[in-house]
Amino acid sequence: MIHYLLGILLFVIGLYGVLVKRNLFKIIIGLIIMEYATFLLFALVGFREHGTAPIQPGVAGKVFVDPLPQALVLTAIVIGLGTTALIAGLAVRIYEKYGTLDIRKIKKLKG
Amino acid sequence: MVNSIPLFVVIPLGCAFILPVIGRRWERAGDLFANLVTVTLLGLAIWSVRFIRETTVYHVGGWGAVNGIPIGIYLVRDGLSIFMLVVVNLIAFVATLYSINYMEHFTDKTKYYTLFMLMLAGMNGVILTGDFFNLYVFMEIAAIASYALVAFGTEADELEAAFKYQVMGSVGSGFILLGIILLYSYTGTLNMADVGRVILDKGTSNLVWFVNVLFIVGFGLKAAVVPFHMWLPDAHPSAPAPISAMLSGVLIESIGVYPLTRIMYNVIGFDGVLSNILIVLAIISMMIGGLLALWQWDYKRLLAYSSISQVGYILLGIGLGTPLGLLGALFHLFNHSAFKGLLFLDSGSIVYSVGTRDLREMGELDRRMPITSKTNLVAAMSIAGVPPFNGFWSKLIIIIACIQAGRYGVAGWAILGSILTFAYILKAERYAFYGKAGRDLADVKESPPFMCVALIILAVICVVAGLMLLPNVRETILFPVVNTLTSGTEYIWRVLR
Amino acid sequence: MQNNTQNTSSGMSLIVKTVARILAGMIMLYGIYIVAHGHLTPGGGFAGGVIIAGSFILLYLAYGATAADSDKRKWYASLCESLGIFGFWIVAILGLVFGTYFLFNIFAKGTPFHLFSAGIIPVCNVAIGVEVAGALVGIFITFAAVKLLERK
Repeated sequence: MIHYLLGILLFVIGLYGVLVKRNLFKIIIGLIIMEYATFLLFALVGFREHGTAPIQPGVAGKVFVDPLPQALVLTAIVIGLGTTALIAGLAVRIYEKYGTLDIRKIKKLKG
Repeated sequence: MVNSIPLFVVIPLGCAFILPVIGRRWERAGDLFANLVTVTLLGLAIWSVRFIRETTVYHVGGWGAVNGIPIGIYLVRDGLSIFMLVVVNLIAFVATLYSINYMEHFTDKTKYYTLFMLMLAGMNGVILTGDFFNLYVFMEIAAIASYALVAFGTEADELEAAFKYQVMGSVGSGFILLGIILLYSYTGTLNMADVGRVILDKGTSNLVWFVNVLFIVGFGLKAAVVPFHMWLPDAHPSAPAPISAMLSGVLIESIGVYPLTRIMYNVIGFDGVLSNILIVLAIISMMIGGLLALWQWDYKRLLAYSSISQVGYILLGIGLGTPLGLLGALFHLFNHSAFKGLLFLDSGSIVYSVGTRDLREMGELDRRMPITSKTNLVAAMSIAGVPPFNGFWSKLIIIIACIQAGRYGVAGWAILGSILTFAYILKAERYAFYGKAGRDLADVKESPPFMCVALIILAVICVVAGLMLLPNVRETILFPVVNTLTSGTEYIWRVLR
Repeated sequence: MQNNTQNTSSGMSLIVKTVARILAGMIMLYGIYIVAHGHLTPGGGFAGGVIIAGSFILLYLAYGATAADSDKRKWYASLCESLGIFGFWIVAILGLVFGTYFLFNIFAKGTPFHLFSAGIIPVCNVAIGVEVAGALVGIFITFAAVKLLERK
C-alpha cells in the first residue's frame, strides 16, 4: 500500500510544480513528474511478489508479473515523449518571441 | 458490414501518414486528400445510421474473448457512437471544405492537414473505442494534434495560448490516466464492459468514487467545465477559424463530454450524487460562461465563452438523467456543433476579409458580406433560441425536462442562461453587422466560394435540424441514441454477449 | 589540411570525434539488433529506434550542428518518420484487405523463438524502429537549429 501512496505523492508534487512554479521549463518538469508518477503507479499495479517474467516457456503454474501494465506504460511513455517534445518546442518559441521564461511577464492574453 | 467500423480511424490516419511525403512537392495534395477523406467518412457515418439500434463489436486484430474475458481491444458501435460520428464527421467535412480557401495565407498547408487528420482520427477513435487505455491513447492523439493546431500561426499570443492549453490538457490527461490505473487495479481489466461487470459483481467502493472524481476533473478539464475553463477562451480563438470550429464544435464534446457520459452511464452506473455534481457544474458553466461572454470585444473570444455556456446546457441535460433530459442534451450537442461551427467559420470569414477580430472595428458588414452576414444571422438566431431554429427546440426540451424532473430552480437558471445567450449574441450581431463601421471598410469583399459553400451548408443544417423532432424521425434517429444511455449498464451485456 | 581545420573549428575535440565515429556504427548495429529481435527479447521497435537515433545524435554532438544543411536533414528525418509509420499502416490494413480484422496477424507465425516468426510483429517492429529513429532525430535537429538561431 505504501508504494502506491508514494506514487500518488509524486503525482501531487508534479501537480504542485505545475500550479506554483513561474518558469516555463519548471512547469514542463512538473508535468513530466506528474506523467512519470502515473507510469510508476501503473507499473506497480502489475507487480507480483516473487513473480517471473511472463515471456519464457513453461511459465504456466508459476506466479508471474502482470505484463499488460508494462506494455501500456511503454505506450504511455511514447505519448509522453510526443507531448514533452511539443511543449518544449512551444516554450522555446515563446522565449524567442517574448525574450523571457517567466509566465508573469508573458500575458498578452487576459480576461 | 462489420469491417466499416475501423475505417473511421484507419482512413484519416493513413491520410495523415502519407501527406507529409507527397505534400512536399504537390501543394494541392492536402486540399484534395483531406476533402476526399472527410467526404468518405461523412458518407460512412450517415450510412451507419441504419445500424443505430444495434450494438456491433469489432475485435481489433481478431483478438476476441477467451473464456468470456475480453483480451483484445474492442471497438463498439452503438447508437450513441453513430450519433457522435455523424456530428464529428459533418463538422470535419465542412471545416476541410472551408480550409481550402481560408488556409491560403498560412505557410504550410500540408502540415495543417496532417494535424487535422490526426485530430479527426483521434476523435473518431475516442468515440468508437470500448477500451479504457485505448480511449486514453486516442484522446491524447486528438489533444496533441489540437495543441499543435492552436499554435499553428506561431504568433506570440497563439504560442502562449497553446502553452496554456497544453499545460491544462496534460494535467487533465494525467488525472484521467490515474483514474484508469486505479480502475485497473480494482478490476484487473481495461475493457469498459468488463470493468462495468466487475464493478457490478464486487460493488462500488471508495476507490470507485475517487475514480469518479478523477474522471470528472480530467474530462471536465478537456470539456472546459467552469472551474477548469481557463484555457478555452485563449486557445479556441487563437487557432485558425476552421480549427476553432472543430475545437469548439466537436473536440470538447467528443473528448470531454462524450467519454464522461459513456463512463458515467454505461460503465460505472449513474446515480443521484453524480447527477447533482453534474447539474451544479452545468449551472456554474452556463452562468459564468454567459456573463463573461457579455464582456468581450473580441468576437472569437466571445464565441469561446459562449461555448463554455452551451456545454453547460449539454451537461445539464446529461446530469438530469431523465430520458427527456438526455434527448435534449444530445440534440443540443448536435445543434451546438452546427451553430457554433457556423459562428466560428463566420468569424473566420470576417478575419479573412476585414482582418480584425475586434467587434468595435467592424460594422455595416451586412452590406459588404451578404452571405457571411445572413448565415451568421441564422446561427445567432439558433444559439439565442429563436423558434423555429434548432437551438430553440433543444433548449426548450432541456427546460421542460428540468420541470418534469421537479427541479424548478434549475429550470429557472436555464432560462436565465438563455436570456444571457440572447444578450451576448445580440451584441455581437449589432456591432459586427448592423452598427456603424468603426473604420473605413469600403474595400471589404465577400469571402471566396468554398468558404461560402461551407457556410451555407451549415446554415441549412441549422434551419432543418429541428425536423429531427418530427414524430417519425425522432423515433428512428434520436430515441435509439437516448436508449443506449437510459438502458445504463445493460451496455455491458450487449458488448460481452 | 583545409578540411581538417574546418573539422576542428566546429564541434568537439579530435578525440571525441574519432571515438564517436567508431562508436556510431556499433551503436546503430546494436539498435538494429534490438529492433530485429523485438519479438523475442525485451526491447522492440521503440527502444531500438531510440538507440538508432542515438547513434545519429552522437555524431551530431561530436561534429557540431551546421545550420546550412539542417533543413535538408530534417526533411530526411521526417521522410523516414512518415514512411516508417506509413509502412506500419500498410501492414495493419493488410488484414482488412484480405477480409479479416484490422491489425490481424496474416502472415505465417513460424516456430516460436526463431528470428523469422510471429507473423507481422517483426515487420511492425522494423516500421516502428524507422519511424521512431526518424522522429527523434527530427526533434533533435529542430532543437539544435533553434539554438543556432539564438547564437547569431
